[in-house]
Amino acid sequence: MDEHILQVKNLHTSFKTESGLVKAVNGVNFNLDRGKVLGIVGESGSGKSVTAYSILRILDHPGEITDGEIFFRGEDVVKYSEKKINSFRGSKVSIIFQDPMTSLNPVYTIENQLIEAVCLHTSRNKHEAKERALEMLELVGVNEPKKRLKQYPYQLSGGMRQRVMIAMALACEPDILIADEPTTALDVTIQAQILELMLELKDRLGMSIIMITHDLGVIAEMCDEIIVLYAGRVCERGSAEEIFYNPRHEYTKGLLRSLPKITAKKEALIPIAGSPIDLLNLPDGCAFASRCDKAMKICLEQQPEELVINENHLASCWMNVRKAYEAQKGEQV
Amino acid sequence: MSEHLLEVKGLKQYFPIKTGVFETTMLKAVDGVSFTIDKGETLGLVGESGCGKTTVGRSLLRLYTPTEGTVIYDGQVVSDKNIQGFRKEMQVVFQDPYSSLNPRMTVADIVGEPLDIHKLYDGKKEREDKINRLLTLVGLNSDHSRRYAHEFSGGQRQRIGIARALAVDPKFIVCDEPVSALDVSIQAQIINTFEELQQKLGLAYLFIAHDLHVVHHMSRRISVMYLGKIVETALSDDIISHPMHPYTQSLISAIPIPDPKLARARKRIVLEGEVPSPMNIPEGCSFRTRCRYATEICKTQEPQLRELAPGHEVSCWNPQGL
Ligand SMILES: Nc1ncnc2c1ncn2[C@@H]1O[C@H](COP(=O)(O)OP(=O)(O)O)[C@@H](O)[C@H]1O
Ligand SMILES: Nc1ncnc2c1ncn2[C@@H]1O[C@H](COP(=O)(O)OP(=O)(O)O)[C@@H](O)[C@H]1O
Ligand SMILES: [Mg+2]
Ligand SMILES: [Mg+2]
Repeated sequence: MDEHILQVKNLHTSFKTESGLVKAVNGVNFNLDRGKVLGIVGESGSGKSVTAYSILRILDHPGEITDGEIFFRGEDVVKYSEKKINSFRGSKVSIIFQDPMTSLNPVYTIENQLIEAVCLHTSRNKHEAKERALEMLELVGVNEPKKRLKQYPYQLSGGMRQRVMIAMALACEPDILIADEPTTALDVTIQAQILELMLELKDRLGMSIIMITHDLGVIAEMCDEIIVLYAGRVCERGSAEEIFYNPRHEYTKGLLRSLPKITAKKEALIPIAGSPIDLLNLPDGCAFASRCDKAMKICLEQQPEELVINENHLASCWMNVRKAYEAQKGEQV
Repeated sequence: MSEHLLEVKGLKQYFPIKTGVFETTMLKAVDGVSFTIDKGETLGLVGESGCGKTTVGRSLLRLYTPTEGTVIYDGQVVSDKNIQGFRKEMQVVFQDPYSSLNPRMTVADIVGEPLDIHKLYDGKKEREDKINRLLTLVGLNSDHSRRYAHEFSGGQRQRIGIARALAVDPKFIVCDEPVSALDVSIQAQIINTFEELQQKLGLAYLFIAHDLHVVHHMSRRISVMYLGKIVETALSDDIISHPMHPYTQSLISAIPIPDPKLARARKRIVLEGEVPSPMNIPEGCSFRTRCRYATEICKTQEPQLRELAPGHEVSCWNPQGL
């Protein structure tokens, strides 16, 4: 049995806004294993970031976890006291964002910020922290690290800033690194450098990674396990091979069909019809039903249960139930 | 004579940048770019941010006055004097459907504005008919025409932008990252719309994007830019399967492939370092500072584009895979 370092169970998070209750996350379940990379993929607004912020309990104001549990080493993070959640954030789980400037302070040098991160989350003194800061920059492959320590964030390129962010996130030696679209703003060659760096550091430091992205390419490159989100619900989850080569939710199938690929022959793309979901008006049935060309009556009325496809794969799509039923009927005939 | 719809020769676009009280340095955003586009053809333009793609588009449309170079449209040299006459022929669709449309205008007015400017209708009724026909063409309908742009999703806004570009019945459209801001499921809808319109109306596109999957899908040929110059041009299948310029090779090897087995099996050519500043372009070959094949000659002499295989041009002293 694999050891789950993090277990998210039936997570619900919503925002009470003036226009109504925005149900951003609606019953998300997943397990993160030690030393593995879990990918969360979905289109914009599907609840990827809100899932991550819920785990760290750094939700913006009207946001609230309304149900569910988040187990870290057997303890429910949702029930943590303020004090405990603070130490959890710093030293157990770190997060890096798409835009490093949101977490770097423009008026302090890189060195000051790194030292602060180290002192805050570890028992090192100022002098040790200074050494650690240099070590961290070397670790993340920043060129001329001694010079960079004295510089300010605006003096660094986008790729360099993201490396510094990773250095800050790892300064406290976390068990889990959450990366929320860490390379979306970067060019592909720089993205390749950063992704490679993350995988290398994961192995070296023995952490787990939650990789959040809308890019199925990045997911395929990085992840052992994948969960596909739509309207804050998990469409399916499983090993990377299962999700890419044996997708069992119509939304995932649609995504894979609509993607242009340089590795395939040029053919007309098959887009997913319709427009994105309105979280203020979630339907009773499957959230994807209104855009699904296979939708049946039950899809409009009832939310699909999560069905075991095989030991590495779970999917919430009524088509699987239909298939199972037809297979059984076929056997009886 | 020339069969090409568009011919761009030696296009340069420099921007003077103040670097001191009395000093200005030239930022060479586009530094000698040449290409052709045939009627009904799509040329893809790729390269990393800041390499000059947007500037090529703006400069050839004369939204800037080029520093140097010639643009020939349908056999006629385009100049500051005669550009107004070409405005109807050449249009542009931008990346950001959010900022490129005026939120206080109705869809009808956004799409109708170019019709007004070029006086392309006779009476209110014809204007309305034309607008509705354009909306239908891009997959919207006349019910949408009275609503405001901000009431639409990203994909729908991009359709409005396309309808607006098509209003004057152009033959050539610069598409500057037109699907980059969209989710994949919506992106595919818009890509198909571009392709259908091309077939129906015989449009030629300069299709600018940083996503090589998208550009490969859309384009017959692709040009790769680095620091203001085109370093390689070829048929889009050839450039993906047989890149010859070391930069193109590393660019292609860095594209994330949405297929776990292929992604893990392929070899990456990871580029060291970062792109130099366009205000301080290395002498000789501008890629040599990051090139693993660089030799003596690369330091002093600038390579020119040479046709090394049929229809495959490369500017490199040490082209690969010959
Ligand atoms: N502070 C907030 N107030 C209201 N709604 C929010 C807030 N933050 C996020 N949401 C909503 O939650 C949904 C999920 O958002 P998010 O998790 O950021 O999506 P993504 O998958 O793009 O990361 C979105 O519809 C968004 O509008
Ligand atoms: N109006 C301008 N004034 C000064 N510099 C500019 C201007 N427009 C673009 N640049 C610079 O020219 C270079 C090329 O920019 P751009 O054409 O936008 O690249 P791309 O579209 O490939 O990302 C960049 O270094 C950019 O900063
Ligand atoms: Mg997000
Ligand atoms: Mg651009």
